[in-house]
Amino acid sequence: MDAGLLIDAEGVAKSFAGVRALRDGRLALRPGTVHALCGGNGAGKSTFLNILMGLLRRDEGRIAVSGREVSFSTPAQALAAGVAIITQELSPIPDMTVAENLFLGREPRRLGCIVDRAALNRRAAELLDRLRFRIEPRATMRSLSLAQTQLVEIAKAISHESTVLIMDEPTSAIGEAETEILFDAIRTLTAHGVGIIYVSHRLTEIFTIADEYTVFRDGGFVATGRIADIDRPGLVRLILGADVRDEYRAHPAPSGPAMLEVERLGRDGWFEDITLGVRRGEVLGIYGLMGAGRSEFLETVYGLAPANGGEIRVDGQAVAITRPADALGAGMALVTEDRKATGLVMSGSVRENATLSCLPRLSNGPVVSERRERTQVGRMVDLFRIKARSIEAPVQSLSGGNQQKVVLARCLGTEPRILLCDEPTRGVDEGAKREVYAFLSRFVQEGRCVVMVSSELPEVIGMSDRIAVFRRGRLAGVLDAAEASQERLMQLAS
Amino acid sequence: MSGLDLPAKPDRFRPGAAIGQALSRYGIVIAFFALCAALSLLNPYFLTPLNIINVLRQASINGILAIGQTFVILTGGIDLSVGSLLAVCGILGASLVTGANPGNPLVAVALGVGAGLGLGMVNGALVARLRVPPFVATLGMLSVARGLTFIANDGMPVPRLSPGFLTLGQGFIAGVPIPVVLFGATALLAWAVLRFTTYGRYVYATGGNERSARTSGVGTRKIIFSVYAISGALAGLSGMVLAARTTSALPQAGLSYELDAIAAVVIGGTSLAGGVGSVVGTLFGALIIAVINNGLDLMGVSSYYQQVIKGAIIVLAVLLDTSRRGRD
Repeated sequence: MDAGLLIDAEGVAKSFAGVRALRDGRLALRPGTVHALCGGNGAGKSTFLNILMGLLRRDEGRIAVSGREVSFSTPAQALAAGVAIITQELSPIPDMTVAENLFLGREPRRLGCIVDRAALNRRAAELLDRLRFRIEPRATMRSLSLAQTQLVEIAKAISHESTVLIMDEPTSAIGEAETEILFDAIRTLTAHGVGIIYVSHRLTEIFTIADEYTVFRDGGFVATGRIADIDRPGLVRLILGADVRDEYRAHPAPSGPAMLEVERLGRDGWFEDITLGVRRGEVLGIYGLMGAGRSEFLETVYGLAPANGGEIRVDGQAVAITRPADALGAGMALVTEDRKATGLVMSGSVRENATLSCLPRLSNGPVVSERRERTQVGRMVDLFRIKARSIEAPVQSLSGGNQQKVVLARCLGTEPRILLCDEPTRGVDEGAKREVYAFLSRFVQEGRCVVMVSSELPEVIGMSDRIAVFRRGRLAGVLDAAEASQERLMQLAS
Repeated sequence: MSGLDLPAKPDRFRPGAAIGQALSRYGIVIAFFALCAALSLLNPYFLTPLNIINVLRQASINGILAIGQTFVILTGGIDLSVGSLLAVCGILGASLVTGANPGNPLVAVALGVGAGLGLGMVNGALVARLRVPPFVATLGMLSVARGLTFIANDGMPVPRLSPGFLTLGQGFIAGVPIPVVLFGATALLAWAVLRFTTYGRYVYATGGNERSARTSGVGTRKIIFSVYAISGALAGLSGMVLAARTTSALPQAGLSYELDAIAAVVIGGTSLAGGVGSVVGTLFGALIIAVINNGLDLMGVSSYYQQVIKGAIIVLAVLLDTSRRGRD
């Protein structure tokens, strides 16, 4: 065991209900370095970090912090040992000041109960000065930008005397200028001897800020080394492993005229100047990193959020879309990214959810025809092989894959010709994934088209005819699937 | 694999199963009949036709308010203004049918209901368009409408209403008091709307998950707007019935009636979070409240104690309901 290491982990393993999420987690973090932890979805990074933070117990393996073997069972223990995490979801109390947030629960007091505001603000100012963060301790958290909020969280971690800082996608929600502020802060910290585990899908960032890397794939350690000794394609190859076979696409090349065209579409703060077309029989993939504006683009096309400027055409005709009902009327349907939040009414039954978009078609005047509704739902259940106790079962009793099929059934109810899908296989098991792919292929073969946002590189390459890559709200390029490689897409996106 | 992994089959509609399902879903129905049985043992007068009609008549005003409230609560909102709307509509409508030359009672009812509809639409616009939280918007309306009630007639009651108008509160159709007929008709209509129409389905969907409903193409703002309009109109109707029953419209009528209306909805098993509940539940909720009031009166319990007991029963009923649901 190397006593000079801040973190020294080996053979860390964890199973959930018999499924191995992590089989061999390894990491060696040196003081004063930024260590990039890389890997795709399902690589086991989150499980590993959660074990490190005491949120999960490991089944096997060994973790040492500063040379002492540890086994945290709560985040508080990890924090006490000097390991802190800055997560994607920040949790400040928005109406409290920076100083109050920094010392929440350990405010300097007088007479045991009165908060000593002067001391509080002085200590906060000292801390922020030492880290060279330009933030006013008396400002409310609400008034800060996201990057500044992150700096406060970092300062809070440092004030706990943390020597190890875990940053999980710290730039996913901030802009380029703010990323620079964050990087300056990181350099200040490493100069003080702090070690940082940095998780990001953005390769450019990793090559800018990291000193070392460790790659996980399929729940296990793959490689580690110095960033100076590797190039981008090399790292991408390590992350992806051998090229994944093409087992997705089962439809011929598209040939028809453009069905959906979007011209110079923009939405303030999210994306601008997007011009794209989708032909009959085509699957257009949209790839990009988190925060690149892909989901927001789909939402805007579908009328969930207003566009500022630009035009949407369906079959060559300009259409005004200000609400989802307009989009449905124009023959579109949207499969949203988060079926619990925006796809399904969880308190409702399979039947109620499956027909929610197309009730008027199933009604005589204002009255829903129970017979026609049951016929329609029965057809959808057969088509998608939805597994449920009955069509009256609440959708929350269904598995993720079956819930997603109910969303597809609802979208199909209006007989759309343009299907917009946002991460259509997220949280869906392998079997159901294949069924979704088969469905999408069949859908375009019948003379319709699909726009599919996906973060899964093999999926986006395997399913699409062409792939549009978004980078920070702009179109970075459109590739034919034939010429697209995972390396090329990642390079365009980051 | 669990037993859930069977292919979904359309359920045949079987009346027997439907009743069984209703019973399990509304433990409140059982509670209602148990309560009635207990009261009839404690006091033989309870089950006499005269008293039953009395209880139903007492239930009708609150029942009509509670039906409107059910629509609102199903969308996840709340309407605190119904007691005040009832009063202002009562005064407005009654002013047409008082004095030497009383107008047509039907016009008066139309005015009362129309005024309730209009003020309900104000609530609806505040909540649906301007995104004011329902609690705040209708709390404001509670105060504004009460004030308008006093302004409208200088704080004086509107007395001596025309006999034709009083029929609304005191008459009978086939031996059933007209307020009870109105309550029943309203409940039946509301039940049918929520159960069988696209509109009803949109109300449930909006309350269950507004964002999903919107994504599905439901005009959720229109739905939210409309439920406050419905609640307002029904508050107007109950205001007219109350004025006709008590022979005059009082500016202080309906004080804190919103609480009984909300209680009836909640006792009836409708979730304050929205998306879950029914008019049948509310119907029994209103009946339970009326029976409790009546039973305590019959037993000579002082009105001070009545309030305590009623409050406790409301909480208990909901507690039983949630613990039963939790086990499912």
